[in-house]
Amino acid sequence: MFTYILYALAIIGLAISFFKDRQKTKAALMKAWRSFESILPQVLVIFLIIGFAIAIFPPETIRKLLGAESGVLGVIAAALLGSVTLMPGFVAFPLAAALLKSGAGYMQLAAFVSTLMMVGVVTIPIERKTFGMRATLTRNIAAFFYSLVVAVVMGVVLG
Amino acid sequence: MNEQVKDFSDKTAAKTPEQQAQQNNTAGKIGGQQGNQKKPFLKRYGAFFLLLAAGVVAGMVLPELGKTALDNTLGSFKEMLSVLPPIFILLGLLDVWVDRATMMKYTGKGSGFKGVLIAFLLGSAAAGPLYAAFPFAVVMLKKGSSLMNVLIFIGAWSTTKIPLLAFEASSMGLKFTMVRLALSIVGIPLIAFLTEKALGQSGLEEINTLYDAEPMK
Repeated sequence: MFTYILYALAIIGLAISFFKDRQKTKAALMKAWRSFESILPQVLVIFLIIGFAIAIFPPETIRKLLGAESGVLGVIAAALLGSVTLMPGFVAFPLAAALLKSGAGYMQLAAFVSTLMMVGVVTIPIERKTFGMRATLTRNIAAFFYSLVVAVVMGVVLG
Repeated sequence: MNEQVKDFSDKTAAKTPEQQAQQNNTAGKIGGQQGNQKKPFLKRYGAFFLLLAAGVVAGMVLPELGKTALDNTLGSFKEMLSVLPPIFILLGLLDVWVDRATMMKYTGKGSGFKGVLIAFLLGSAAAGPLYAAFPFAVVMLKKGSSLMNVLIFIGAWSTTKIPLLAFEASSMGLKFTMVRLALSIVGIPLIAFLTEKALGQSGLEEINTLYDAEPMK
């Protein structure tokens, strides 16, 4: 649904831009392509790695790791798992909901969801090109510990 | 304005040729976007083809695993192709139509709370995977956004995307979503602030060399 809104925005934007200035519109499209192509090699590598990682560690394994009785170790395992994994939200949330039903704890799931979104080990090569290595590592480490705090707070509030 | 069009550039017209040359140089060394563009195809995609070959071998030995992995990979690829085209077109339009002065005014150093709010809302209005946010961050930094605001933008993109929140609420419940959102509203600016502080002067200069931008402090 939201994707359609984005397409509509992009098309309207392009139309207005084309109407106002053809040259600039062409420049914008060139820029769009170059930006996309600049991250493509790393993105393809990420897809392959994640494709295999999820095949090797299926949801079953994840379920065992994150059970409510897994405690602090489970939270840390969940945070690590979320850090190295990359999956779209519409895959991650149904997985998390299924895990919740099959007995995973709120604390573990919050850690998993939060690091999944904020910490990206596999995207470090792309992020490094943007912010440099120092800022990239700092941001990811800060986000990791922040996710642990989120996990504890959510475990207390919801658990 | 016309100069900008001529060199397909996102830099301001005010830049001198020397600066321009210097930037190309730096980008080349660090492996930024422009530098990458000049690298040969095989070198850039080498890692991908190597992994692909390894994957094919693994798939022949363990067909079951190979098939699942292939499905997963193709699934990600399809998602990318469906979501990314409008995102990158909007990125291109942003780059061409919003000039440096405007970007600095609204999200640069000294834009204060307004800048934080704009960065947060821009990131939340996004869709698509986090890796697509980094090209946006590149454009924002080049146009003079403060690092803190760009980090807030990245944080919001990763965590508080509006379509994702709706989805989260439907699968995890409203309470889970709301508590996490409340924590994110505090946490994202906090992480951005801490990251910028932790970098210090030398760290900020390292980023400046990536962009040949005016000093951030």
